[in-house]
Amino acid sequence: MSVILYLLAGSLVLGGGGLAVFLWALRSGQYDDLEGAANRILFDDDRS
Amino acid sequence: MTAVTADRLLHAASAEAAETVCAHCGQPIPDGGGSGARGPRFCCPGCSAAFETIQGLGLGRYYQQRLLDPALRAPRPETGERWDLDRAVTVNEDGTCELSMAIDGLQCGACVWLIESVLGREPAVAAGRVNMTTRRLRLVWRGAAADAERLVGRIEALGYRLVPFDAAALKAAQDHTGRALMRALAVAGFAAGNVMFISIGIWAGEAAGWLDGMGPATRDLLHWFSALIALPAIAYAGMPFFRSAAAALRQGRSNMDVPISIGVMLVTVMSLVESYRHGEHTYFDSAVSLLFFLLIGRVLDHRARGVARATAEQLLTLRASDVAVLQPDGTTLRRAQQAVAPGDRILVGLGERIGVDGVVERGTSALDASLVTGESLPVQAGIGTQVFAGTLNLGEPLVVRATATGGATLLAECVRLIEAAEARRSRFVVLADRVARRYAPAVHLTALLSFLYWYLIGGMALAPALLIASAVLIITCPCALALAVPAVQVIATSRLFQSGVLLKSATALERLAEVDTVVFDKTGTLTDPTLGLVGAGEQTRDANAPDPESLRLAASLAASSRHPLARSLLAAAGPVHAAAGVVEHQGQGLSLGEIRLGSRAFCGDPDAPPADRPELWLARPHQAPVRFVFDERLRPDAAAVIARLRRMGVDIRLLSGDRAGAVERVAATLGIDAWQAGCSPVEKVAAIEALAASGRRVLMVGDGLNDGPSLAAAHVSASPATAADISQTVADVVFQGHDLAPVATILDTARRARATMRENLALSIGYNVLMVPLAVAGLVTPWLAAAAMSSSSLLVILNSFRLRRGGAR
Repeated sequence: MSVILYLLAGSLVLGGGGLAVFLWALRSGQYDDLEGAANRILFDDDRS
Repeated sequence: MTAVTADRLLHAASAEAAETVCAHCGQPIPDGGGSGARGPRFCCPGCSAAFETIQGLGLGRYYQQRLLDPALRAPRPETGERWDLDRAVTVNEDGTCELSMAIDGLQCGACVWLIESVLGREPAVAAGRVNMTTRRLRLVWRGAAADAERLVGRIEALGYRLVPFDAAALKAAQDHTGRALMRALAVAGFAAGNVMFISIGIWAGEAAGWLDGMGPATRDLLHWFSALIALPAIAYAGMPFFRSAAAALRQGRSNMDVPISIGVMLVTVMSLVESYRHGEHTYFDSAVSLLFFLLIGRVLDHRARGVARATAEQLLTLRASDVAVLQPDGTTLRRAQQAVAPGDRILVGLGERIGVDGVVERGTSALDASLVTGESLPVQAGIGTQVFAGTLNLGEPLVVRATATGGATLLAECVRLIEAAEARRSRFVVLADRVARRYAPAVHLTALLSFLYWYLIGGMALAPALLIASAVLIITCPCALALAVPAVQVIATSRLFQSGVLLKSATALERLAEVDTVVFDKTGTLTDPTLGLVGAGEQTRDANAPDPESLRLAASLAASSRHPLARSLLAAAGPVHAAAGVVEHQGQGLSLGEIRLGSRAFCGDPDAPPADRPELWLARPHQAPVRFVFDERLRPDAAAVIARLRRMGVDIRLLSGDRAGAVERVAATLGIDAWQAGCSPVEKVAAIEALAASGRRVLMVGDGLNDGPSLAAAHVSASPATAADISQTVADVVFQGHDLAPVATILDTARRARATMRENLALSIGYNVLMVPLAVAGLVTPWLAAAAMSSSSLLVILNSFRLRRGGAR
């Protein structure tokens, strides 16, 4: 049953990673304009 | 909305209307107008230029992908507004300049794309990003701060209106609470998911116990692991609740957060003790998911109100106009209102609102002070007259010397009255907290009694008896109860938001539901704040009465001006082709060759009888000058709304600062018996407080500066979006548009929302009544607690969604 230890640790690391990514996204303002993000995907960015 | 639907809609529209609407702004083109027989046609040179620019940059796809909303401002370029951008530009550490502006006329995603693409073609621009939710543009560029004017001009030429934000004010307005709630929600969600995952393992092991059970050692390990995740998460995500509960307790009050905090803490401590004792049941999952559910409610609630507040701010910003400051050399410089220093001399043209408090230094004119005093008849102003911000100049240009907002001005007086009225107003206790006050002692007593029963009478040992008491607390932890009100509030707030009503205060909805008396102000509230052209029929006695042809000519000149009277003229004339080459004479009028439109002195007939109402004159060579007279009108649906309010059982009153004659006329038209005229701000407050003292719950609806104190004194208050800044800031609710109907709609929605809140409370208390006996009997296991909590919360949320359907249109 010691496999359960690895599994628990693994799930915690993966979940924690997800949490960290979300907090980073929040900090970098990606949740500030949800309406704009929904519309932006419809238009090509031709700046390149 | 997708690009495909947008495209299809546009094609459907263009099939029938391609020939009659402007290819850029989509506004109708009058017959005989338009440039060229073939190809796109335009209503004005500005639109034509904007079309060329967009095609020239290869961004013509904008026209295929956009979707114009007729309710919003059309993208027709305007001239005549110059902002002083220096105050708004900040220079960053890396030498780039930054500017934030409110955008008016943003229609859909295509507008965002267009603005960003046009800015992207500018080599100097480092970042030009539009936030569609808050309708703001953030612009960062390399180079001089003075480039701002050119870059902003590029966007304005496309037909959008941009108003700069004060950089300092912007920094102060950042939403820290919203971010903190969101972080707490993320942590709680992460912990709830993981702990619940582990818990399901434990429950499965328990259920399979008779086959191939989970050993006690494994169970203990999983319990400790749950604790490892849950403890930090509860400490972090529970903070908003703990803080609020502590603040309430310090003031000797109780609120919904008190039972929540006590419940979560007790459950956590009890689960820790159980883990330590190698017990069978822990409730970490219940504690964390309780916080998770509640935080979802809080975040949505905060966001819905945040959007309403931001929109209210945006309205105020977009309405702000710059003022013309006279320089020593006689030229004028446009400045933002806040940038005017005492002692500056300001030129106020015909039809402009005076932007500052001050004293008239040169000129004589008639002033419309209705937004300040409620008086609808103009007052004469001459040298030395004290004037207030918000007053409309109806006559000749005035030079006003700005004075500091000292203690003596009307504004300062109103601010004092507002503060006094707010201090006197009794503190409103929201429904949830009133319930919590009775609920918390009841459940804590039940837990204590069941412990005493099992320990003393039932002959149980200390630990299991404590466990049963804790189970009672877990089952009664008010998840559904705490969601009952916010769930309704989120839905009602966003519903009202869609119909142009902004609920700014968290408790406004509950206070609105109690209203039994509505007090209206007259000028600007029952009457339309924009002036209407007096019909030709009423002017036949006038030698200078306009004919349709001169109205069209005047409107074609007026089309290129932002002036309020020009706008009213344009609205009365219907679609016209804007004339090219119109010159604006600051504060006096417009001219096109020898044709002039403007004030009496500029082009009118000096011998005509003096005006008691705002007027515009049109002069053409070899013809008698024509006069256009404007007047205030009742809002078109005022009578219908008053009747609807009566049917809802609401008592209607009218309190006005205007003269008795004018007030009586309006009161008689609308059938309002209880009216009072000539009220000063103090008298209005006194009238409202007298009503409150007789046990009535008053909704005050007003727009003037003089209404500010009574708005603050009333149980709940509403302002149209055209109201004076201070009234709009004080009001709990701001409604947009030309109609008065929102007043009835908000009362109706509030009442239905309260009914739904009560249903929700009944549902969640009913669930407790069912579950508590099980808990007291010691039959509740962790999985049952988790299932019961989630299902009752879901039930409450689903019930709230019923508010979205039916009822008010």
